[in-house]
Amino acid sequence: MTELMAPGREVAPGPAPRVPDSQRRAHTPASWARGGGLSSLLFALPLLVVFGLFSWWPIVSAVVMSLQKTNLVDPATFVGLDNFRTVLTDPLLPTVIRNTGWFALLALIFGYPIPLVAAVLMSELRRRKGLYSVLAYLPVVVPPVVAVLLWKVFYDPGPKGVFNTVLGWFGLGPFPWLADSTWAMPLLVLEATWAAAGGTVIIYLAAMISVPVELYDAAEVDGASIWHKIWHVTLPQLRGVLFVTLILQIIGTAQVFLEPFLFTNGGPNHATETIMLRVYELAFTNLGNNFGEATALSLLLAAFLALASLGYFRLTRSWSTS
Amino acid sequence: MRAAPADRAILSSSDWRRRPVRWTWRSMHLILLVLLVIWCVGPLALMIKFAFTPTQDILIHPMSLLPEQWTLRNIDMAWNRYHIGRYFLNTIWVALGSWLVQVLVATTGGFVLSVLRPRWAIALNWAVLTTLFVPAVVLLIPLYKIIVDPPLGSSLINNYLAVWLPAGASAFNVVLVARFFDSLPREIFEAATVDGAGPLRLFTTIVLPMSRPIIGVVSVFAVIASWKDFLWPFLVLKSEGVMPLSVYLQSMANVDKGTLMAALSIATLIPIALFLAFQRMFLRGAGLSGAIKG
Repeated sequence: MTELMAPGREVAPGPAPRVPDSQRRAHTPASWARGGGLSSLLFALPLLVVFGLFSWWPIVSAVVMSLQKTNLVDPATFVGLDNFRTVLTDPLLPTVIRNTGWFALLALIFGYPIPLVAAVLMSELRRRKGLYSVLAYLPVVVPPVVAVLLWKVFYDPGPKGVFNTVLGWFGLGPFPWLADSTWAMPLLVLEATWAAAGGTVIIYLAAMISVPVELYDAAEVDGASIWHKIWHVTLPQLRGVLFVTLILQIIGTAQVFLEPFLFTNGGPNHATETIMLRVYELAFTNLGNNFGEATALSLLLAAFLALASLGYFRLTRSWSTS
Repeated sequence: MRAAPADRAILSSSDWRRRPVRWTWRSMHLILLVLLVIWCVGPLALMIKFAFTPTQDILIHPMSLLPEQWTLRNIDMAWNRYHIGRYFLNTIWVALGSWLVQVLVATTGGFVLSVLRPRWAIALNWAVLTTLFVPAVVLLIPLYKIIVDPPLGSSLINNYLAVWLPAGASAFNVVLVARFFDSLPREIFEAATVDGAGPLRLFTTIVLPMSRPIIGVVSVFAVIASWKDFLWPFLVLKSEGVMPLSVYLQSMANVDKGTLMAALSIATLIPIALFLAFQRMFLRGAGLSGAIKG
């Protein structure tokens, strides 16, 4: 449910049938059961039930619900494309799109290059690499609600708030922090980066270990400096992982909910209201309880993400082959 | 899957012998260590310090290195007055059930897709992989609908099944396990089949024991994911008896800071302890997730 969707760059080819055609038995129910057809089905049962009820059916159901007016209590009525029309003319729509994009952009600026630098440095550690990795990954295992509530205390706007005290040592502040509509979003992203950057570091680090050492040897024969090796060997070798983490991060941040919900509940003055928060409001709060509209909005977001990743993979493939 | 770690990376041993290079990189490593401690450990250390500091002191001197007086009152309040322990137990239930369902679905599903390979496995494989491309936001409301009004029985709101079962529908797990099974030597399966082992024997006596490493990775992901999850349990586990810690903490936002910090510290205890105990598995899992996605 929470897992970020992973558009696999290369889709695994389906397993080839093991039995050559000539050996296939006649297709009677009895031979099918004897030949292991029944036990295959039994083993597939947990997957079929769970995916059927909680993945495949909901995907179909999403399309149906987006065409209905429904509050899950009264019988649903079909309303055609009305939900999409309402959602697209929602006066808040430009705001939530802008906010979500701003969050995603800031998350890239904060959380994309710095883990790369950290990973390059850490790949050169000959001892205590484990210690560095553990330290970097520590915030990732902290429950997100804990992280947000903790940072909310740090962002206390009072003159004796944690960050205001620290900045006070340098004669700065006190700042209003989350109460300032310009700064609220970057501060949300700062906490989100704290919570997520360690994972990125570990992914980069794992990818760096698999860079063939011979490439560095060869570069040195050609007289490459350290910078050249990083620029012309390490980074090109990481290209696949960098591309994929980029799009995954965008897909993840486009659906951000927890930070705006718990830090500011979309405020001040809608400055941190994201698309996902709007979906939540439409569906689950009293001012909405309109599941059809919420589903329509979530489908629009998903369609945008699908198109964006498709375009992105087209683009990166043409870069990779050129 | 990965090449053995070599004794060198970007810098060669002749690079390391050059003094300016050595000094630059060593000092960068030191700076990185200091930054990691401040940035990653600092906030958590502050949280634990606050947990043992009277709220008065937190409000007046939040950044004093050590509290002027230590207190156990916050912990006492969080545990006995706000019953953190009860919600803690609920979280453990949520995690255990989600773990069980995920491991069951991923191993049996992976077994069908990778070892048994009936003719329809190709279609099933595609059906599972397709769900990887559907962002979570699409599923939220239809899932909620199916929980409120399931095809069998009555509403699953405030029932752990509402969290356990959807957790199993993770294509990522199935792909991870199926790829691992693909890497097991087929000769063993064939030999066992020749010796008369049926699919069930094959699964329980050969495949499962060999797949301990991947089950470990799936388990770590499963437990951590359910410990971290907020929105879904917030929507479906609403009554006090089943509410997990993450949902309860959110409702505590307005209690006094000392108690809140004690509650947050307790909630962080188990994930951090698990991480420190199984750090290698965690870090390998985190790296692996990048490799799979890449």
